Amino acid sequence: MAATGAALYLFVTVHLLGNLQVFLGPDAINHYAAALKSVPEILWGARLGLLACVGLHILTTVQLARINNKARPTAYAKKANSASTAASRTMYLSGPTIAAFIVYHLLHLTVGSAHPQFSETDVYSNMVFGFRVWWVSAAYIIAMALLCTHLRHGVQSMFQSLGFNHPKHSPRIQKFANAVGILYFAGFASMPLAALTGILPPFFERL
Amino acid sequence: MKPASMNLTLHVWRQANAAAPGRMERYDAPNVSEDMSFLEMLDVVNEQLISDGKEPIAFEHDCREGICGSCGFMVNGVAHGPQKGTTICQLHMRHFKDGEELFLEPWRATAFPVLKDLVVDRAAFDRIIAAGGYVSVRTGSAPDGNAISVPKEAADIAMDAAACIGCGACVAACPNAAAALFTGAKISHLGTLPQGQAERSRRALRMVEQLSLEQFGSCTNIGECVAACPKQIPLEMIARMNRDHLKAAWTSRGEHRSGGE
Ligand code: HEM
Ligand code: SF4
Ligand code: FES
Repeated sequence: MAATGAALYLFVTVHLLGNLQVFLGPDAINHYAAALKSVPEILWGARLGLLACVGLHILTTVQLARINNKARPTAYAKKANSASTAASRTMYLSGPTIAAFIVYHLLHLTVGSAHPQFSETDVYSNMVFGFRVWWVSAAYIIAMALLCTHLRHGVQSMFQSLGFNHPKHSPRIQKFANAVGILYFAGFASMPLAALTGILPPFFERL
Repeated sequence: MKPASMNLTLHVWRQANAAAPGRMERYDAPNVSEDMSFLEMLDVVNEQLISDGKEPIAFEHDCREGICGSCGFMVNGVAHGPQKGTTICQLHMRHFKDGEELFLEPWRATAFPVLKDLVVDRAAFDRIIAAGGYVSVRTGSAPDGNAISVPKEAADIAMDAAACIGCGACVAACPNAAAALFTGAKISHLGTLPQGQAERSRRALRMVEQLSLEQFGSCTNIGECVAACPKQIPLEMIARMNRDHLKAAWTSRGEHRSGGE
């Protein structure tokens, strides 16, 4: 779980940096997308690797949930939360929402079947026109907020599971992870917001 | 000055025995002195129940000074009640207000079956200790004092971990009913001392294995255990357990099951 989570975290990082090239204009992002797709072996290797990570991450979650549901058969009449973060208590909510988002997101911007005017090569226009639908943008932004809460607890939990906890370093790692979470949210949310507000104009208005 | 007194309403889990179904029952606790400990307050309620010919509320206790680890139950959903770093026997009634309603429930975990009312069976903890929470030494003649020097840092960590009294509050507070803090404390306690090195990897493998056999949940690093722990064992102890276990799992040649090192 820690290993697949870490791999997905890495993917999200690369994916964010790649996507932010949309602000550099149609050519930059379209060339980048074309480069990603230029070697089918690499493209499909990465796709299958990611799919395996998502699959294993979900499988270990299901196993974990089964063990933990059996560990407390009678619920407390009253139970207070004293120290845990909201992010840590909502992992079973944020996780499945992100999974549902990934499916929608693939249909929207990779396959294109959930996109009103999809182009195989013009990733820039796919994003700009896709995000001009306000509820699509809203769904992306909500999903990204949940992703960042998921990662906020996930990062801390990963270090702990792998046996790393140090009174000096761990608080710094947590602060860093929180900052990164906010930064990722800002980065991902900036794209739908920019398309909605016209900061990212359709390509023909740029001419 | 006469201590202030208060009237409380208790909702207590009553269960005749391990097999019987249980339910919450309501009791009045009138004229509770703020100087009483929580258990003394229950003693007074029980006196009344006994004189009314009713079954007193069963709860576990021994030292009543926070060192034996016998006592413990939930007060309004918080293990050992609202005060940080104390057992329920050390909690005084001045932390409550007149007219408050308190819900008392036993620790709830598959691994801790309820024996009666607020008393649970924590033999699972004993079996985890028996699986590896010891060091093998030659008994008989006493060894020389300070024959083995212990680095100050190791002694500090070991002492922090050794503060665990095995009360079970960590399991009770954990949303997963995991016993990671308890087991982590025991593994860290012996694993940081020079005397504990010989059996270090075997200890981690066996105790963690026993942990899952006992049907405790699996730790998701939430941190509720640390907040509930009367000895404030830090989360770091769980990471130490994971570290020892991971290392042992990678390097073990399988001897840990057969009994020999
Ligand atoms: C606002 C946030 C996001 C935007 C704007 C975005 C944008 C895109 C775009 C444009 C593509 C298609 C690239 C192409 O066809 O060349 C894509 C693919 C993909 N995205 Fe995202 N993405 C976002 C967030 C995420 C997140 C959070 C995840 C996962 C945790 C994710 C997972 C994927 C996956 C798995 C692919 C498919 C890669 C492939 O082609 O195999 N995306 N994204
Ligand atoms: S770790 Fe703390 S809460 Fe858990 S058994 Fe030990 S003393 Fe009790
Ligand atoms: S009775 Fe001994 S710790 Fe509470």
